[in-house]
Amino acid sequence: MKVEQIAVFLENKSGRLAEITAKLAEENINIRALSVADTADFGILRLIVDNVEKAKATLKSNGFTVGITNVIAVEVADKTGGLAGVLKTIDEEKLNVEYMYAFVNKTGENAVLIFRFDETDQAIESLQRTGYTILSGKEICAL
Amino acid sequence: MTLYWEEEIETLPRVGLESIQLKRLQHLVARVYETVAPYREKMDAAGVKPEDIQSLTDLAKLPFTVKEDLRENYPFGLFTVPMDQVVRVHASSGTTGKPTVVGYTKKDIETWSGLMARALTCAGVTSKDMVHNAYGYGLFTGGLGAHYGIERLGATVIPVSGGNTKRQITIMQDFKSSVLLATPSYALNLAETMEGLGVDPKSLSLRVGVFGAEPWSENMREEVERKLNIKAVDIYGLSEVIGPGVAMQCLEGEKGLHIFEDHFLPEIIDPDTGEVLPPGEKGELVFTTLTKEAFPIIRYRTKDISRLFYDECACGRTLVRMEKVTGRTDDMLIIRGVNVFPSQIEHVLMGTEGVEPHYQIVVNREGNMDTMSVEVEVSEDIFSDEIKKLENLTKRIQADIKDMLGVTCRVKLVEPKTIQRSEGKAQRVIDNRKL
Repeated sequence: MKVEQIAVFLENKSGRLAEITAKLAEENINIRALSVADTADFGILRLIVDNVEKAKATLKSNGFTVGITNVIAVEVADKTGGLAGVLKTIDEEKLNVEYMYAFVNKTGENAVLIFRFDETDQAIESLQRTGYTILSGKEICAL
Repeated sequence: MTLYWEEEIETLPRVGLESIQLKRLQHLVARVYETVAPYREKMDAAGVKPEDIQSLTDLAKLPFTVKEDLRENYPFGLFTVPMDQVVRVHASSGTTGKPTVVGYTKKDIETWSGLMARALTCAGVTSKDMVHNAYGYGLFTGGLGAHYGIERLGATVIPVSGGNTKRQITIMQDFKSSVLLATPSYALNLAETMEGLGVDPKSLSLRVGVFGAEPWSENMREEVERKLNIKAVDIYGLSEVIGPGVAMQCLEGEKGLHIFEDHFLPEIIDPDTGEVLPPGEKGELVFTTLTKEAFPIIRYRTKDISRLFYDECACGRTLVRMEKVTGRTDDMLIIRGVNVFPSQIEHVLMGTEGVEPHYQIVVNREGNMDTMSVEVEVSEDIFSDEIKKLENLTKRIQADIKDMLGVTCRVKLVEPKTIQRSEGKAQRVIDNRKL
């Protein structure tokens, strides 16, 4: 139930994000979610896409440093306290979140939370046990 | 009126000077050939004997000496006298592990002190002056070399050495320092600290600054002069030759520094072919010591780029002038007074797992401080989706470089293939300092 996420190294200079998204569009790759983490010197772009292998190959051939990591997608109802509830559980289960980001699906009923944990397997087990819906990569793309 | 320390020799017509040089050179070559095996072997290999030196131009027949020769004979292998005659050693910073060591007899120290006194006199310093010697004391030749010259001159030396800048300013105020000896960057640091403390340089007794030990530009000279309200003059020297006091800018002249040619014979060579270049042409500066006892050196390649001017100087000295050094033939960088070789940085990077051999060193001068940043390309091996891991990597490289060089630098991760690839010799260094 892990989701493969693409991470791309970005120098802090103008036009890099535009370039990446343009390359992916040329290859008909759809971006489902993304987040950018940045420091003074560089940034890391994280992407959930519908075709991981193709996206990776495209970006690599365009000279980007690309890595694939496993993240977890948790579906929660898009209402007040949705995120708070998951985070409370994560805290109680003593799971360590490296980073997270979120998006709302097309129907607007549910939100999808993308989590990067230290211990991915343990996190899946804990979240499922406490009744959360974990989405697969395929399910995310189908949303 | 020009002040001289040894007027006769400093203003000697060149014919007379050259005859002294030749006599001293012949004597030196014979002595070195006889007493130092590495020199003898090199001369034998080149098929040259001491008696082949019949004129000053015959100097070109002798093999060069390079820093590597000093390392190979570390520590005392090139000394020409038994150690019981050596009264002092100095060493320059080790760049590949071993420093280069030089030695002095009692007479060498006297010669050196005299030359430093001569240099200071060139700058108008007299026995009435209070000389603030902020060159570092220790193995480095700057502090002690200047110290002995100041004493020889009869001026008062304040052996303040480097560091503790606020205290230095208090001393300047209370002791009424009239002459400052320091690296030019430290002089600017002093000026800034004064500004911060609200000390007006005009309220001090400082009159002249004698600056050296690192390359500095004409722009920087103007800045130092303006900020400290002094006249700033340039001194040149290197430990392999003797230390500070090899050449000195006079107050009157504008075209460089007078080389104390009665003791040091200069040449300018083409750094690629080793051929001696005619006066006025730019090339690598080479020195032969004429009077040193413990550690004479023949045709030492300084790697400093300069030119020689033999025309008359307004100060009346007949000693040749060398152009202010602002460049070097090798890629050695001097960052805040510390010698840095790109190869050392490469060494650290290559010792870091996953780091690709594509890097670049960018040097800037921000305010008065040199800053160095090392750009490293991010390969898949070192890339992570977590900021923390990448930052830990840059911190580790930074710490390793600091351990190795003693210089703090910034490590910047850049995208792959963004560092220009070399076509032959890699351009590892981008030096944006306007020197």
